Amino acid sequence: MDRLLFGDNQFFGVNHMSEEKARAQAMRFQDLDAVMAVLDNAYDAGITTFMCTTHERIEKVADRVRSNPERYADFTFFPGMPYAHKYADAVTESGMLGAVRKFLPEEGIMNAMLRGGASLARKDIEGLITLLVDAEMTMFRDLKTPVIWLQNVVVDLLLGLGFDDAFTIFANHVKKRYNAEPGYITMNLPMLLGTLDRLGIENPIICSNINKIGFRMSGGIEGYREVLESHRFRAVAMSVFASGAIPAREAIEWISEQPNIEAIVFGASSKANIVSTKQLMDEFDPRQ
Amino acid sequence: MGLSHLAMINAHPDVKVDAVVDSTGYILDVLSKYTGLRTFTDYETMLEKVELDALLIATPTRFHGPMVKAALDKGLNVFCEKPLTLTSKESKELAALAESKGLVTQVGYHNRFVGAFREVKALLETGAIGRVTHILAEAYGPVVLKSKGSTWRSQRTEGGGCLYDYAAHPVDLLSWYVGAPVGVGGTILGSVFSENTEDEVFSTLYYPDNVSAQLSVNWSDESYRKMTTQITISGTAGRIRADRQEVQVFLRDSAPKVEGYEKGWNVKYTTELTENVWFYLRGEEYSAQLDHFVKRVENHELDDINSFASASTTDRVLELLTIDAESGPATRDDESVVAERPTAKRGLFGRRS
Repeated sequence: MDRLLFGDNQFFGVNHMSEEKARAQAMRFQDLDAVMAVLDNAYDAGITTFMCTTHERIEKVADRVRSNPERYADFTFFPGMPYAHKYADAVTESGMLGAVRKFLPEEGIMNAMLRGGASLARKDIEGLITLLVDAEMTMFRDLKTPVIWLQNVVVDLLLGLGFDDAFTIFANHVKKRYNAEPGYITMNLPMLLGTLDRLGIENPIICSNINKIGFRMSGGIEGYREVLESHRFRAVAMSVFASGAIPAREAIEWISEQPNIEAIVFGASSKANIVSTKQLMDEFDPRQ
Repeated sequence: MGLSHLAMINAHPDVKVDAVVDSTGYILDVLSKYTGLRTFTDYETMLEKVELDALLIATPTRFHGPMVKAALDKGLNVFCEKPLTLTSKESKELAALAESKGLVTQVGYHNRFVGAFREVKALLETGAIGRVTHILAEAYGPVVLKSKGSTWRSQRTEGGGCLYDYAAHPVDLLSWYVGAPVGVGGTILGSVFSENTEDEVFSTLYYPDNVSAQLSVNWSDESYRKMTTQITISGTAGRIRADRQEVQVFLRDSAPKVEGYEKGWNVKYTTELTENVWFYLRGEEYSAQLDHFVKRVENHELDDINSFASASTTDRVLELLTIDAESGPATRDDESVVAERPTAKRGLFGRRS
């Protein structure tokens, strides 16, 4: 895994600090060319892994990458699913089962309907989960997806409910069908590690907020420090700058001093910020 | 039952979930198969068979009243999702019942646990912006985006609709900041898509001491990625604007000294206003309010923010808005309305010219 991964929050009006800034970004990145221009900046700076949601606009990004294999020879996707808002909106509108039906994959619809319908009837969550993963993955066909993430809203919902089987089902399906490593995004790292340990999911890839001010690190910064030192897992740090609350230099210096962090995911909207983040990593983290 | 409520409370280190009730047998079967939780399809049987300390209610609003009453009668502490009930009379009765039995109650107005909105409350209490003259309370988001909806949220009779579901939040913030209004006027409950309920709420609220507020709410607005609640407060010494993410404060030279603030613009972000919670699912505030309830039950703290009594104030405002919306314009443009010539006010030293 690369040391630096490029995220996609900035493209979809997600900003944890300012709604005004989020709106300005949503306006700018409504244009796919604007998104691609930033992705090109990152790619040309040597940041070739794009950790993204399955937002419908990402499908267009995937199309562009697929249609230009020479330009994007090393372009790698780490897709995260499901795109939670898509489902939340559907659940609000159609109820839980209606929402599931709505997201059955379009390809091989008869087969999917059978698998989905039978799963629904048997209350077989394995069938449903694999179906939904397949639906989300169609946009990445023929592209490199060596890591597939389960998004934090779902991971943390399952974690809270104690719906442990789902983590194993997801892991097995992603390995078998996509030859990829499963990843879990969470806001509750210490708690999730406890559950994954218990399930025997070994050396899992886990992405969580890890930053100097402890922003959105449930279980507290000390709890995170402890699991980073004592547990065997592949940590990916997000929200390293805490949405801009920590100056970039200070944030990168701090994260490079933390033990066992395999990669950092960050978002940026300008070439200058992408390049300066890369330079800071080179300075404080010569391992890459 | 709300799945996210269940996930959060189930993850709480001091809480054991003894039973889950939902009318959808399907969901219950999946839950019991995969999580081992004990499930019931009706709350009365559950209350009979399971011994509990507290009940958490997240159902369509229409069911709140009878469920809360049954729980209180059983001597249980109750956390109920907002709004408490569909009439302020019923809400007040439940508040009185809880009080007479010495039970802890709380309603899920989670904005009171948002760091930024708490900061606003603290600023108002210190008189940071002088005398408050006006508040603009807004909420926008993408809930109903087409005319057909099949859930209870699309039915007024179930407690669905923008007023009870969405506007309740900014209205409750108003109750928290300036108390109960003396009256409301110019209320509009408008439809964008819905056939059986409203999608927009606009109104003017009148408070004691010439404080006024305007309410502007629309849940059919997908230009907002998710629900956004905003408060703008004007005062004689400054202005506060806040949402879930940040507080922007402008203080005039005449403003009193406030620790951590200077004259002119000040901005504070959620990153410094928010404390970590034991478990994060949708936002710190959702976890924080449940944790607060648990602590209150443990310590038997009865009087607190978001108690049934406080929620019934908000329920009363929602009722007033419903009544007011029926009356239409206060001043109609017909022949009988004749404007009088405006008369110039005589200034302290001036003469009429």
